[in-house]
Amino acid sequence: MDFNTLWFILVGVLFTGYAMLDGFDLGVGALHLFVKKDEDRRIFLNAIGPVWDGNEVWLVTGGGALFAAFPMAYATVFSGFYLAFMALLCALIFRAVAIEFRSKENWGWWRTIWDVGFSLGSIGSGFLIGVAMGNILQGIELDARGNYIGGFLALLNPYAILLGFTTIALFAMHGSIYLVMKTEGELQARVKRWVNRTIGIFLFFYIVLNVATLVYAPHLLEIVRARPWSLAIFILNVLVVMNIPRQNHKGNEFAAFLSSCGAMILLMTLFGMTVYPNMVLSMPNPEHSLTIYNASSTEKTHFIMLIMAIIGMPVVLAYTVSVYYIFRGKVKLTPHSY
Amino acid sequence: MDVEILSRIQFAFTIMFHYIYVPLTMGLGVVLVIMEAMWLKTGLPKYHNMARYWTRVFGLTFAIGVATGIVLEFEFGTNWAAYSRFVGDIFGSALAAEGIFAFFLESGFLAILLFGWNKVGPKMHFFATCMVCLGAHFSAVWIVIANSWMQTPAGFRIEYNGEIMPPGFVPTADQILHSRAVVENFWAMLFNPSSMERLSHVIVGCWQAGAFLVISISALYLLRGRHLEFAKTSIKIALIFAAIASLLQLATGAKSADGVTHNQPAKLAAMEGVFKTQANAPMFIAGYIDMEKEETVGLQIPGMLSILVGGSTNTVVTGLDAFPKEDWPPVQAVFQFYHIMIAVGMALIGIAWLGMFLWWRGQLFNTSNPLVRAYYWILVLSVLGPQIANQTGWFTAEMGRQPWIVYGLMRTSQGLSEVVAANHVLASLIMFTFIYVLLFAVFIYLLTRKIRRGPDDEEESEEMPASWVALIERRKGQASAAG
Repeated sequence: MDFNTLWFILVGVLFTGYAMLDGFDLGVGALHLFVKKDEDRRIFLNAIGPVWDGNEVWLVTGGGALFAAFPMAYATVFSGFYLAFMALLCALIFRAVAIEFRSKENWGWWRTIWDVGFSLGSIGSGFLIGVAMGNILQGIELDARGNYIGGFLALLNPYAILLGFTTIALFAMHGSIYLVMKTEGELQARVKRWVNRTIGIFLFFYIVLNVATLVYAPHLLEIVRARPWSLAIFILNVLVVMNIPRQNHKGNEFAAFLSSCGAMILLMTLFGMTVYPNMVLSMPNPEHSLTIYNASSTEKTHFIMLIMAIIGMPVVLAYTVSVYYIFRGKVKLTPHSY
Repeated sequence: MDVEILSRIQFAFTIMFHYIYVPLTMGLGVVLVIMEAMWLKTGLPKYHNMARYWTRVFGLTFAIGVATGIVLEFEFGTNWAAYSRFVGDIFGSALAAEGIFAFFLESGFLAILLFGWNKVGPKMHFFATCMVCLGAHFSAVWIVIANSWMQTPAGFRIEYNGEIMPPGFVPTADQILHSRAVVENFWAMLFNPSSMERLSHVIVGCWQAGAFLVISISALYLLRGRHLEFAKTSIKIALIFAAIASLLQLATGAKSADGVTHNQPAKLAAMEGVFKTQANAPMFIAGYIDMEKEETVGLQIPGMLSILVGGSTNTVVTGLDAFPKEDWPPVQAVFQFYHIMIAVGMALIGIAWLGMFLWWRGQLFNTSNPLVRAYYWILVLSVLGPQIANQTGWFTAEMGRQPWIVYGLMRTSQGLSEVVAANHVLASLIMFTFIYVLLFAVFIYLLTRKIRRGPDDEEESEEMPASWVALIERRKGQASAAG
């Protein structure tokens, strides 16, 4: 395996970490407005309170790693998706400050504003991330120097929008499973019912998406044909998702959540396998595509960053796990909670 | 307006706003470490209450800092795609390192700092506070190194059309889009000629911001006669910190200016308003640049600049006339911002050491004296000092780098995203203006509210966990045994 492939995998690992971790707190945000009582909303916020910030760092580090390992791809995607990414920033900012600001006043209108900001910010973030991934899968129009020339509206095509909705559904599913772990009593019983519904909605979108792929991104079929084991991952993924209600039924909340995390990992693996070795597929001129080779930085930089990752990531994993361990268990509200 | 000026305004605006909060979290981080260390050492509840209160202020600034920080990482790619392609091999790894070594550390332990009071023991909490503070400083390390590389590029070679060019090769306008900087010597890149002195200058500036925030809020309490015990202890800690930091800043500033003289002479000429290369160059205390006549008028010390640059009035200082006009930075702006920074920095030294003097004379808390009260009002306003100095300092550094985005290699106009249109940038600029005005208003409102509400003054907070109470009891026992 060369450095380029290795860094393709490592950047993928960082974005998978982001999807798996921030995925549940974006999902909690998407479900936030479905509970009406102030206390329930506070439980939701405090369920993700200590960890959401660390979860978002996976996106920041993933972005940094993409910049460092594949600068051409970073530059093309970020400048090409300009307005979409500005909207994503708007969503991420609102959601972050809403968590901090909401609890600071008791007034109804104040809390409603930040509740809506938090929820719309979360839904918007999930949607835009999905749209970006949809365009990467489908391919975008690049010129000979790798600049995106398709315009903003071309990004909002049916396939990308469908993947946007699928992502919201996926995050909502993941978030509801996380909430089962963090809630108790009557609220937990309600959240448990959501789990089955969100799973149903996600599977619906997921299957529609796979059918749509045949229509909108037929080139992906070639790739699946060339790498038949990706079908095995697909089937495994559906089985892992089906395992979630089973675990929940048995009362294994943590196992259900792990199962959901597994589903996220498998989905991202599938995504990576379909894209590889391209970083940004060019359609209709595939010869302009940015691959892990022509979009890459030098081997020396890949090597330096590998050393950094080997030093840094075990430490990061160690204290991330410790923080999750310290804040395990059901949410208990105190005067200093959100 | 064209896309270049709009993109520059947007980047400047978003990073300026972000940089209101960054210095506060770094400076407050150090203050929190000091306060919590004193609480661990003495077991006195007042230190615990102080740490709790300043942690709440810290949490607010941190949240906005995080939310506005992610914007900047995106903007390199969204607005400066050609720049990103050119420097990705070097600049990108610094950003990635910032994520791995700084942001994870900071955000992971922040959870314990903010929410872990009842979940972990006192020593573990103190450790978490130290890690958050360390993480904030690490992030400064990496981003200042990256920025310093843009000021004084080192440890790289230019690759043009896939081929490594000899050292000293500067791509022409036609070549630049087919060129990139690639790393040759990682350590030379990290320790480029300006990184260490600029890093020290940035970090100490952040310490000042945190110290003067604590001073300002405490002075307000002392003027109002509220939370006296809390305010006195807080202001003592912060005054010592501010006094040390302000003097240290003079040293790091002198070192930075010395570096600029050697590494970026055009920037120095603009900072000091020197048009003609000359010996016996004067130093201006304040002044105005007449761009028509190309001369600087104002209050000056004759020969002083030559002395500072080379130790004697005979030292020749390079003027702007040594550079083609298209390579000049905006002289007036750089000169003025630089002089504002110096003036404010000097004032901060005066304010901090006046406080130390009053303390030494036993007059610091003599609030019945109208002169002391007047001094307190200056202290209340002093929180703005480091903010102004930090912002104008960065203006000097970044505008002084113009017209280059990477000094001497790539012009700012060459770094833009080719595919982003002016109206798109205008739209996002309007969006950021709207959001940030709103955020700033809410921030000021919530900060005022926290100040009004004040710290908990009761002996011990009710929700203090058993391990904390045990610590207090143990210290009390030791104290009485010693007494």
